Amino acid sequence: MSVDFTLLLPEFLVAGLAFLVLTVDFFLPPHRRNGVTASVTAVGMVGLALFSALFLQGKSDSLYQGVFLVDSFSTFFKAFFLVLGAGVVLMSVEFVRKHLTHPGEFYALITLSVLAMMLMAAAGELLTAYISLELLSFTLYVLVSFAREDPRSNEAGTKYILLGAFSSGLLLYGISLVYGSLGTTHYLDIATRLFPSQMAPTTLAGLALIVAGLGFKMAAVPFHMWAPDIYEGAPTPVTAHLAVASKAAVFALVLRLFSQAFIPALDQWQIIVAILAAITMTVGNLVAITQHNIKRLLAYSSIAQVGYLLVGVAALSHAASNAIILHLAGYAFSNLAAFMVVIVYFNLTGKEEIKEFAGLGQRHPFAAMVMAAALFSLAGLPFFAGFITKFYLFTAAAQAGLLWLAGLAITNSLISLYYYLVVIRQMYIEKPEDAAPLRVPVLSMGVLALLVAGVFFVGVYPRPLVDVIQNASEVILPAVTALAAGR
Amino acid sequence: MTFFDTHALEFLVFLPVVAAVVILLVPAERPSVVLRIAWAAGALMLVGSLYVFVRYDYTQGGFQLVHQYRWLDQLGISLKLAVDGISTPMVLLTGVVIFAGTLVSWNIGQSHEGTGEHGGVPTTRQRNKDFFILLFLLVSGVFGTFVSVDLFFLFFFYELAVIPMYLLIGVWGSSSTFPTFSRTKEYSAMKLVLYLVGGSILAWVAILAIYVVSQAGTFDIEVLSEVSFDPGFQRTFFPFLLVGFGVLAGLWPFHTWSPDGHVAAPTAVSMLHAGVLMKLGAFGIIRVGMTLLPEGATTWMPVLFGVATVNVLYGAISAMHQQDLKYVVGYSSVSHMGYVLMGLATMEPIGVAGAVLQMFSHGVMTALFFALVGVVYDRAHLRDIGVLEGLAKRMGWTATFFVIVGLTSLGLPGLSGFVAELLVFIGAFRTQPVLAILGIVGAAVTAVYILRLLAKVFFGPVSPRWEGLPDAKPLEAFAASILTASIVFVGLYPLPFIRMINTGVKALLDRVSGA
Repeated sequence: MSVDFTLLLPEFLVAGLAFLVLTVDFFLPPHRRNGVTASVTAVGMVGLALFSALFLQGKSDSLYQGVFLVDSFSTFFKAFFLVLGAGVVLMSVEFVRKHLTHPGEFYALITLSVLAMMLMAAAGELLTAYISLELLSFTLYVLVSFAREDPRSNEAGTKYILLGAFSSGLLLYGISLVYGSLGTTHYLDIATRLFPSQMAPTTLAGLALIVAGLGFKMAAVPFHMWAPDIYEGAPTPVTAHLAVASKAAVFALVLRLFSQAFIPALDQWQIIVAILAAITMTVGNLVAITQHNIKRLLAYSSIAQVGYLLVGVAALSHAASNAIILHLAGYAFSNLAAFMVVIVYFNLTGKEEIKEFAGLGQRHPFAAMVMAAALFSLAGLPFFAGFITKFYLFTAAAQAGLLWLAGLAITNSLISLYYYLVVIRQMYIEKPEDAAPLRVPVLSMGVLALLVAGVFFVGVYPRPLVDVIQNASEVILPAVTALAAGR
Repeated sequence: MTFFDTHALEFLVFLPVVAAVVILLVPAERPSVVLRIAWAAGALMLVGSLYVFVRYDYTQGGFQLVHQYRWLDQLGISLKLAVDGISTPMVLLTGVVIFAGTLVSWNIGQSHEGTGEHGGVPTTRQRNKDFFILLFLLVSGVFGTFVSVDLFFLFFFYELAVIPMYLLIGVWGSSSTFPTFSRTKEYSAMKLVLYLVGGSILAWVAILAIYVVSQAGTFDIEVLSEVSFDPGFQRTFFPFLLVGFGVLAGLWPFHTWSPDGHVAAPTAVSMLHAGVLMKLGAFGIIRVGMTLLPEGATTWMPVLFGVATVNVLYGAISAMHQQDLKYVVGYSSVSHMGYVLMGLATMEPIGVAGAVLQMFSHGVMTALFFALVGVVYDRAHLRDIGVLEGLAKRMGWTATFFVIVGLTSLGLPGLSGFVAELLVFIGAFRTQPVLAILGIVGAAVTAVYILRLLAKVFFGPVSPRWEGLPDAKPLEAFAASILTASIVFVGLYPLPFIRMINTGVKALLDRVSGA
């Protein structure tokens, strides 16, 4: 069988883009570095997203005996991550100019992190998945501590490296146990060798360690302790990247792993993931109530969102996979929009306490409107993306017989509404200390408008997106359809 | 079907959204332009809802003016709009109340509507632009809930009708101070939103359960109503819908958001919320609960009957002890919604028809109540019954309308409240005579507090303090006349309403007895 290496073209081009950015940066005078490198990165990523989507459309193949998979699932996520990466770059421009140095390295690292995410979605084998995940983690370690002058950023970077290394160890140990007992690391082979009725204790331990390791990476409770400190300390665009794109990448990996490898043992791990989901969303939401810093609030809220996504994993089916991907997309728009407002406000005022958002509705009605839309979307209210994505997710859970979990998740949405309303109260009802109108740069206004348009688009007209997503999740879940038919 | 018939309901649902977008584009420095657009939009909504009301053919019954769009095939969701004999009067009610509501909102952003701290100087965050955008989103949700025949969209619009409330109350509302404690507008806004969203949790769970158990793969209510659910399932999940939607209908003991929220809200929002949104709750019980789970309804209705009686008495007695004019009206809403729930609980054609008519009647009546309280508060800057007296001399029009609405509230023949409550009582006597008598006692208590209020506030001794208090403006009087005309029309000639409602109620109760 001849191997079609052109299928790796998008990955090579993204890697090339990272080096191009570094090279360009090298030849520019310092004052032009930020603008030019950011433009090259953003334009490059959007172009590559289009290229990948068109070039890989309809292609389905596996390279190196199933180590690297090209199918509609990975193609969707490649384009998705490239778009998210471009979004984060655009969100960073102002922030990098004001608060960071070395723009070339910053954007190149973001590009490399996107490359890692693309590989995570395409990995068809545990070690490849692990290496991709490590590439992502390493770029993020550097990005988190990128504000070299800020002790909080350094502290966050150190914590992240230590805990990240620990979780990688868990993951790797789990992989080795699975390999030891099943003799393979390929997803599809694992599925055929996994006999749920007579699962060896080592396999079970391996599964548990893999879940724990991935739980760390996605910040599921009780593996979430690192998240708030690191979200608070990291430069805000990096926090947004961590909270959105890197989480989406972990879920792309999890979706493929669970649906292609672990699905035969669904009955064994369903309850474990369901409990993990229940604890994650409940703890995330309850602790979020007490937060004073907007970044910590969004950190805990994103932990809660991981809980909702885990509800989908526990209910794994074709519908649930659709729902998870749709929720990731809606969550990406909403959370990036919320972070963009935080970035804009921080750039202008240097403030990021929730109290300090008082009167934003008066000082900059549009930014406040974007924030309100983003928060309502995260809370799952209609007209915004969050309503339909949560509805889909919880419907899938109910279909899988997890109505109790769906009910708990809905109850959690109510809790989250409370702390989102607290932010909205500050913006609209409280009086500002300084009522002077804010002047937001044009680029930031454009990014805000694009993100909030996405929030509305997914909320009001999700059909085109769902059609694409359905196509993407069809390839990873033939097993589930057969399983459902067999029951 | 003509073009207008096909698109009448979309027009109603999307017109408020379009109006909100148009207002968004108007510069905030032009409040009078915003106001004119809002009035025009309100008038169009009234015309649209009248059109729907007139076009509904009650000799045929069933769902009419149907129009369906595919939305999300993967889940079986479609935007299916239609009206039947129960929702048509509700659509008309919404049209009437929103038009009157936009009229009385002429002073939003100009005066200090209750915040008391700005001394009448308009501030940017109180500008009327944002107010009308939120108000119209709310109205879109209300119309949408009444005309959706798809569970997903019914719920979509139902939730949509809650979101804007937080800001509408929080920004433009007013706080109340009591001798021992105070209710800030922020507190009331949060309480209202959390109660209502909390209720919708239960409804949402039940909707998911219905969707999954039916195995129909669709949220279309017409299709789902063909499915006969297992009686045990129905008995388990009917309470979810009853309490879930009941919270918004002011169901005791989950009613406490209602007086606080309605008092804190600005006038137009109180009118709309007490007048129309509380009906969404009762409507949800009918449209989802009784339609899809008829056997569950049969099992649980005696319980609802008892709770509804508590609603009536508790609301009336609480209203009697209030010092704040707006709280009196707030608690009277709780009491009157008790009659709606009681009518539903009878499961008798007459009683249920009475409940639906009471939904319309109370909607118009309470909107008028709040409009008039708003006028008094705007002029006098307080609502304390102990201090307000003899206003009839100064505010002739306001007093006249207040007398009419007060008499409607206590059930004077010839006004809408009488017809509706009579039907409810007839139905109630056939099922639970003892509770029916307690319900009538509630009406007597209503008479006590309403007459006492009228005597003191409007016809008491003329106090020099209220010398020179200006009367309602022609605009406000016009809004009040529209509402009064509806009350009198239904009171004198209820036949078209009752015929229309009967077609819907008959279809509903046929399912109950057939199940």
